[in-house]
Amino acid sequence: MVQARNHFELLGVAAAYAVPAEALDRSYREIQSRVHPDRFAASGEAERRIAMQLATQVNEAYQTLRHPLKRAIYLLGLQGVEVLSQTHTAMEPAFLVQQLEWHENIGEARAARSTARLESLRAQLSVEKRERFARLANLFGSGALQPAAEAARQLLFIDKLEQEIGDGIESLEDL
Amino acid sequence: MAYSDKVIDHYENPRNVGSFDKSDERVGTGMVGAPACGDVMKLQIRVSKEGIIEDARFKTYGCGSAIASSSLVTEWVKGKTLDEAAAIKNSQIAEELALPPVKIHCSILAEDAIKAAISDFRKKHADESAAQPAGPAAV
Repeated sequence: MVQARNHFELLGVAAAYAVPAEALDRSYREIQSRVHPDRFAASGEAERRIAMQLATQVNEAYQTLRHPLKRAIYLLGLQGVEVLSQTHTAMEPAFLVQQLEWHENIGEARAARSTARLESLRAQLSVEKRERFARLANLFGSGALQPAAEAARQLLFIDKLEQEIGDGIESLEDL
Repeated sequence: MAYSDKVIDHYENPRNVGSFDKSDERVGTGMVGAPACGDVMKLQIRVSKEGIIEDARFKTYGCGSAIASSSLVTEWVKGKTLDEAAAIKNSQIAEELALPPVKIHCSILAEDAIKAAISDFRKKHADESAAQPAGPAAV
């Protein structure tokens, strides 16, 4: 098999933010069945190892491309835009203010042990998340890579909030 | 992961948690965030007419190392001039708290937060320093 240069090539889809999910699924299943360890039970060690490596690579490629935010970050990386730089700490002030408010609201809802308030925050957040993903897709569509990277960074913060709300709800359920 | 005693101390007894009025003329506010972990940090300084940082506050939503880094910085900057505070390096914070390599970004966040607060304060007072430049020569 020809060495693929990136996840998109490996799975045989065009390197773009808008990837057809069915094509991705089909290609993944097809390659996985070709490199499945069962098929190499009788092969030599070298062949088995290559098949195993390919299976791992395909798995990683699929997990990355199937996830809309991981796909965005990966694609930006291919285009030379680093989303997850440790030294990038300057975010839009208005966005950070909003983040602090979210954290405060989540903290208050948790302190009040209110699952209903946490659920309502989760619903609000999911609306915001959907809007931001739509914006991200538009930015990729128009080739605005730096704004797309900023939108991806903001979505990472939103993921963290979502996780915190989830943790809050879970900890109340446990009681 | 094991936190150092100093991180645990700052995490359990954070110094200077809270807020100043953002619109106060003597207050500088810095806000930063780390996309990789979703941590958000707000650091504020209150500066005397003589240009000394009298007091500082922080609010950090993040891991223990991020909280400890910002708590430590609020302690360190008190009594310092703006230039002295701006010279604080993340490596000093990381060393003091014995942060492991994966947590170095928390100290970067704290350094950037204090720098942002200083720059916010200086922006508020840009006119004055232009009108009467600092230093003995101006007197």
